[in-house]
Amino acid sequence: MSTTSSPPALQAVRLRKAYPDRKGKSVVQALDGLTFEARRGTVFGLLGPNGAGKSTTVKILSTLARADEGTAVVAGVDVAADPGGVRRRIGLVSQRPSSDPAATGRENLVLAGRVQGLSKAEARQRADRLLDRFGLTGAADRPVRTWSGGMSRKLDVAIGLVHRPEVLFLDEPTTGLDPEARAEMWAEVGRLADDAMTVLLTTHYLDEADRLAHRLAIVDGGRVVVEGSPDELKSQLRGDAVHVELSSPEDAELAAKVLGDVPDLWDVTTEGAALRARAHTGARAVPQVFAALDAAGLAVESATVARPSLDDVYLQHAGRSFQEVA
Amino acid sequence: MSTLVAHSVYLTDRSVRNLLRQPIFVFVTLIQPMVWLLLFGQLFKSVVEIPGFEGSGSYVEFLTPGVVAMTALFSAAWAGTVYIEDMERGVMDRLLASPVSRGAMMNGTLAYQSLVCTAQTLVVLGVAWLMGARFSWTGVAVTVVAAILLTLIFAALSNAVALLARQQEALIGISQFTALPLTFLSSAVMDPKLAPHWIEVAARFNPLDWVVVASRETLLGSPDWAAVWPRLGALVVTALVMGWLATRAFDSYQRSA
Repeated sequence: MSTTSSPPALQAVRLRKAYPDRKGKSVVQALDGLTFEARRGTVFGLLGPNGAGKSTTVKILSTLARADEGTAVVAGVDVAADPGGVRRRIGLVSQRPSSDPAATGRENLVLAGRVQGLSKAEARQRADRLLDRFGLTGAADRPVRTWSGGMSRKLDVAIGLVHRPEVLFLDEPTTGLDPEARAEMWAEVGRLADDAMTVLLTTHYLDEADRLAHRLAIVDGGRVVVEGSPDELKSQLRGDAVHVELSSPEDAELAAKVLGDVPDLWDVTTEGAALRARAHTGARAVPQVFAALDAAGLAVESATVARPSLDDVYLQHAGRSFQEVA
Repeated sequence: MSTLVAHSVYLTDRSVRNLLRQPIFVFVTLIQPMVWLLLFGQLFKSVVEIPGFEGSGSYVEFLTPGVVAMTALFSAAWAGTVYIEDMERGVMDRLLASPVSRGAMMNGTLAYQSLVCTAQTLVVLGVAWLMGARFSWTGVAVTVVAAILLTLIFAALSNAVALLARQQEALIGISQFTALPLTFLSSAVMDPKLAPHWIEVAARFNPLDWVVVASRETLLGSPDWAAVWPRLGALVVTALVMGWLATRAFDSYQRSA
């Protein structure tokens, strides 16, 4: 689709990685041939439930772990062959807070800048600019342990940006944040990617991936099950999503059989008392659904029609609803 | 090389700053060795009167090197706490994914522990002086150097355990199972000639005893250098080996990340 010929900022090819489980008895296959590519200057999302392999992927790409098999290239550098070269080109915002809580925000930024090779003056200047940009100047000289979760998370991102990396890893940047802090973080991430920097975002929030990622890969069981832009993925699912709530799982099963005969309705699935289906035009399908269920004597608790969401995409490709597993 | 030194300095500076920001902690760090000296000094005061006790002068003069070594070991055993806290947050991962080398991360905590050890050693020597002990300057220098070497050995061990076990509880193990036994399997508080023979033998292989002997020989003047140099040499070699092994422990941390 794209005509850009510049090499990808991130490239993972058939990555495999197994860990011994906690007791060391069996082996967990965290990655099972994971492959994707991210173009320069974009936000690429890895979306999937906990345990899908997102964090393992970030660890391998950021040189914290080695893949058992497969290759990974970050900013043009092979992670296995030249981890030092990769480390100079990346910023890592890991899942857990990555600032020193006993130090102030400014000290954290200056130290991060110095270890990345900035001079004292450059590091201070850069710290000032980042504090200003993230609205943290007021708290800059207080120890981070006194900061709110949202502020501390913004500092983590600022620390990741201090040396103007070519690739920034954002591993679950909004997990644990309140809705307001989450909205602010979304606004910041939205401004991040530009020609000079590529962002790899991992998340288990569908709305976050939908909102922030230019392209995304849905990860399940250590593999990419589908990849595309959020809009592409949603429009691959023809038609609208029809969601009917029945009074019991047994009723839902019966309803699924009955609705199998309704024309222009397909992909009928059930989960508990909920029934999902797809239709060319939801508004036209709903009266027929009601009529069919009524004729079979099944009571409808609620019914909705919606444009396809990423949840529907996930259901389609991973074979189960995202809400079930996340 | 200069990058390694610069990174080590930044990380040392970070720990020193964090310590100075907690005045209570500074206070405890400096008071604790005084307590050992006063407590043991009183408790074992009369051992110098036991027939066969070698060594001249007061028990405080005899005890000071023991308290210096013990204090160094007890502080160093907790060195891994910095790593544990960094691992619990994402600080360790962030540093490992940055140009900071594992060597610099090790140096940073070891240099910090050495500074703390120097301050504690000088406090012990100062308090002993106030209690009437008199030392040679050569002895003071040898004592500080030997105590730092002991600190490096056990801080590196503590860091290695932190990287392998990744929990604070494992560090308690070091102080419980090594610090106390090593203190009492040495001449720290008692002339080993008065103890069973096997303790005297065990002491020869005990780094804590190497410090005590080197320090005691030199502090009171007219040292037997033939007893001092081999022990300082053994401390240097052990410190280098432990530092190297501890840096290797990062590999294990990353393999199981």
